Amino acid sequence: MTAPSRIRNFSIIAHIDHGKSTLADRLLERTGAISERDMRAQMLDEMDLERERGITIKANAVRLDYIAASGESYQFNLIDTPGHVDFSYEVSRSLEACEGAVLVVDASQGVEAQTLANAYLAIEGGLEIIPVVNKIDLPAADPDRAAAEVAGVLGGTADEVIRVSAKTGEGIEDLLEAIVERLPAPEGVEDAPLRALVFDSFYDTYRGVVSHIRVVDGSITKREPVRFMATDLDVDVDELGIRRPATEEIDRLTTGEVGYLITGVKEIDLIRVGDTVTDVTAPTDEALPGYREPKPMVFSGLFPTDGDDFERLREALEKLRLNDSSLVYQPETSRALGFGFRVGFLGLLHMEIVRERLEREYDLDLVATAPSVAYRANLASGEQIPVRSPQDLPDAAALASIEEPFVKVMIITPSEFIGTVMDLVQQRRGVMGEMTYLSPERAELHYRMPLAEIVFDFFDQLKSKTRGYASLDYEPDDYQISDLVRVNILLNGVPVDAFSTIVHREKAYMYGKAMVSRLRELIPRQLFDVPVQAAIGTRIISRETIKARRKDVTAKCYGGDITRKRKLLERQKEGKRRMKMVGQVEVPQEAFVAALKLDM
Amino acid sequence: MTDRPVSPDSVALAAQASSWRSAYVHVPFCARRCPYCDFAVVAAGEPGAEETGRYVDALIGEIGLESGPFPIEAVNFGGGTPTRLDPHDLERILIALRDRFGLASDAEVSIEANPEDWSPRYAAALREAGFNRVSFGVQSFDPEVLAYLGRRHSPDQAERAVTVARSAGFDTINIDLIYGAPVETDPSWASTVDRALTLGPEHLSAYALTVEGGTELSRSVRDGAPAPDGDVQADRWESLAAAASSIGLVRYEISNWATPGHACRYNLSTWAMGEFVAFGTGAHDHRDGTRARNVRRLDAYVERVERGERPRSGSEHLDGFERKRERFMVGLRLAAGVEAGSVGTAFLESAEGRRLLDARVIESIDGRVRVGRPLLTDLVARSVLSVSEEDC
Ligand SMILES: Nc1nc2c(ncn2[C@@H]2O[C@H](COP(=O)(O)OP(=O)(O)OP(=O)(O)O)[C@@H](O)[C@H]2O)c(=O)[nH]1
Ligand SMILES: C[S@@+](CC[C@H](N)C(=O)[O-])C[C@H]1O[C@@H](n2cnc3c(N)ncnc32)[C@H](O)[C@@H]1O
Ligand code: SF4
Ligand SMILES: [Mg+2]
Repeated sequence: MTAPSRIRNFSIIAHIDHGKSTLADRLLERTGAISERDMRAQMLDEMDLERERGITIKANAVRLDYIAASGESYQFNLIDTPGHVDFSYEVSRSLEACEGAVLVVDASQGVEAQTLANAYLAIEGGLEIIPVVNKIDLPAADPDRAAAEVAGVLGGTADEVIRVSAKTGEGIEDLLEAIVERLPAPEGVEDAPLRALVFDSFYDTYRGVVSHIRVVDGSITKREPVRFMATDLDVDVDELGIRRPATEEIDRLTTGEVGYLITGVKEIDLIRVGDTVTDVTAPTDEALPGYREPKPMVFSGLFPTDGDDFERLREALEKLRLNDSSLVYQPETSRALGFGFRVGFLGLLHMEIVRERLEREYDLDLVATAPSVAYRANLASGEQIPVRSPQDLPDAAALASIEEPFVKVMIITPSEFIGTVMDLVQQRRGVMGEMTYLSPERAELHYRMPLAEIVFDFFDQLKSKTRGYASLDYEPDDYQISDLVRVNILLNGVPVDAFSTIVHREKAYMYGKAMVSRLRELIPRQLFDVPVQAAIGTRIISRETIKARRKDVTAKCYGGDITRKRKLLERQKEGKRRMKMVGQVEVPQEAFVAALKLDM
Repeated sequence: MTDRPVSPDSVALAAQASSWRSAYVHVPFCARRCPYCDFAVVAAGEPGAEETGRYVDALIGEIGLESGPFPIEAVNFGGGTPTRLDPHDLERILIALRDRFGLASDAEVSIEANPEDWSPRYAAALREAGFNRVSFGVQSFDPEVLAYLGRRHSPDQAERAVTVARSAGFDTINIDLIYGAPVETDPSWASTVDRALTLGPEHLSAYALTVEGGTELSRSVRDGAPAPDGDVQADRWESLAAAASSIGLVRYEISNWATPGHACRYNLSTWAMGEFVAFGTGAHDHRDGTRARNVRRLDAYVERVERGERPRSGSEHLDGFERKRERFMVGLRLAAGVEAGSVGTAFLESAEGRRLLDARVIESIDGRVRVGRPLLTDLVARSVLSVSEEDC
């Protein structure tokens, strides 16, 4: 065991891509956790998707042994966190398990929105923060400016900021020493009853639920019975261990330490992230504060292309949820798409990733409906109901008003783009809050905006209009009544639920028109004229016609070469795209996918 | 020919046609290759183009390799351009066919002719040799369209050719038209139709210009030249159909019209699954349930026949269910439709079949299935190909 005074627990936090995982690589290397031969870039990004996309999706904890300049040895428990806003709950959880945070800022970018958001999380959590300016090797690096900005945010001075290059390794020694010197040791009580925080949990097919824990007080020992307080589950500890990052079994985890715990329990719901583990024989009666469950921000219907795959989709979602408790879903039926699920996501990236994992890891072929936020309908009766899908919205007659979720938005932009950002936000129904200058060249703008306006392509727009310089962060605020309507899309007079959407009245026409004309292009001509209409209630706001197919025949003299003709027809038949029947209309599978890609 | 004029689209005629046997003779020679053409053709100047005598000998040799008797109701000389051959050569071939297989006394004996090759003397010689039907590759009466199609004759030449054939005493005169060339306009098509019908042909074939792979046309389309438009072609077909029926021409197949008693037997029997023998480069036959084809190359064809070999390049034998399905699928091209049988019944009961019925693309009457919107026949045929043996 290591005395708490020789333990340092910290998370590496930053805006996306500022080099957290690469910095973790250097720390692993310098502390000898991994030989240079076994090193690969962003070592802790273990999932295929993380490696392909070059981003961190899941937080990852690892233990390092460090011999300080003083000659004393220390145990570091490092948690690499994701930078993307969709996964900020991973940052919150990780911070709960730590006393310190290494706040990384890219020297060529300076402070960005998630730098601030994550710094505030760490400050609120009472963590000690070591500001680090990274990528000082870059030609475009401006370490002085970045250091001044981050010092400004933290209320410190620029000379407290450590300058490193996670690429070349420059400055890493300074950082390691600062971790020892500046970060506090854990403060738990060694002889108190066991209290350990479950800060992450995932499902392993062979071993069941694997939980990452941080021992706050007391200690936990292999084979002893423990209790998960929230679920009142008593089980024996089957296995304890740490990751270096290779797993290593140990017999005991003591106050201040971080490690993993396996109990043989297979039901993930019994071992919740945020729960407190205690001793069965000498339990504590004071659970740790725990976490708030992350709230899904966007919802989308996921339907198997092949109706027979519904059960497989259910199983896949169940399994995925074992490793991603932020995933929520419930069965949904669509007239156009059949049986599927309405799934809640933390954001569009999360949605994309979940979908990709379902398709790849579970070999499913899916159609996703247009994402929607969670609205609330106030009924004429005075009752309020949740609206997670446009189908949930009652008819106008029964409806008094619709409320939509608003978010607090923070945008950091170079001063020259302030006007541009303001215009963009205004088009998206944003209301300006305060504006402060991080430095003469960079401003921090605050807004209140409907969530629906930012989850879709706002970020891309912001990036392209500011040449990539602005960054964005948002957090849920409250609900507010808005003038919202449901736009229905009718194919041959039949509403196609998969295409309907809830939008602000002012954007209804634009959405309807764009969807109608896109569908007209995507849907092949049928045996009869097919009107494609957009409607609000019974009022048609846009209409186009897919003209009936008139000629599909070889009207040429081809004599007796019937074999060749039949083979040609057979090939054409094979090549025919997968179709879904919507009413009397054959809609190719890709039409759903392509139509729903609509960026408005 | 039949004694009493029978309507070209009658069910009885279609039923009869399935038992007719016919013969096809391919003559590949042409003055030059038209840009849209993908038939087995040897244009002047290409190897073998001058050796027509040797080719005719090979044809006769090939006829000798096919077993007879196989009493024939219809003979069709197609091409290429059969009228580039000497009437005497054509007659030699006809005699070989008659000797080998037997020819009905009232057999239809037809030849494709290009208007520019036609003369009273030539017409008379063909009559003499035994031809009673001629089919002219007129294509259009619009000089601009003819130029686009790379044709060598003028509209007037086409008219004269028909008149000459008429005086020579051919029983049936056919005019081939091609519609929907991108340079063609509505008025130009209207006048082509008008001039063609004014000539009073007993038979009319109108084909939608088709861009075939490997042709000069397909290369220019690929390089950005306009392609024929399917909707325009549908318009053209409809306007022709209306005009033709107003003067008593009856459509009996997607692209073929005739006055009563003048439906092309060779054509009808092809779609009614009749059997036929075929000779020449690229020719394909249908006999004893087997479809076989010849090599397309002139040199290979001649050499193999001269060695006493069948110049085959491939064959296919269809049995049982597949044959029934083919019969049904092919028969859909006929205006008389096709007997439903087990395949048709299964098809009508399938989801696809019901959809097509609902949309009136197909009709089911008296145990027969007809395509009500003939220009969608391939669409129907593809659905028929989804019918499997288990469905029946
Ligand atoms: N030149 C240079 N590039 C760096 C340095 N540190 C990281 N990078 C590069 O920056 C990119 C992002 O690095 P990551 O370590 O994946 O960043 P991250 O902060 O973990 O990103 P997320 O986990 O997605 O938030 C990669 O291409 C790294 O190679 C550095 O010090 N110098
Ligand atoms: C066997 S072909 C050739 C007959 C003759 N050599 C001629 O060109 O007039 C018979 C008919 O098929 C039609 N045809 C040939 N190629 C075509 C194409 N690519 N598209 C449409 N019709 C075509 C023409 O109308 C032609 O007259
Ligand atoms: S269309 Fe007729 S004339 Fe022209 S090349 Fe083809 S076969 Fe010969
Ligand atoms: Mg990372």
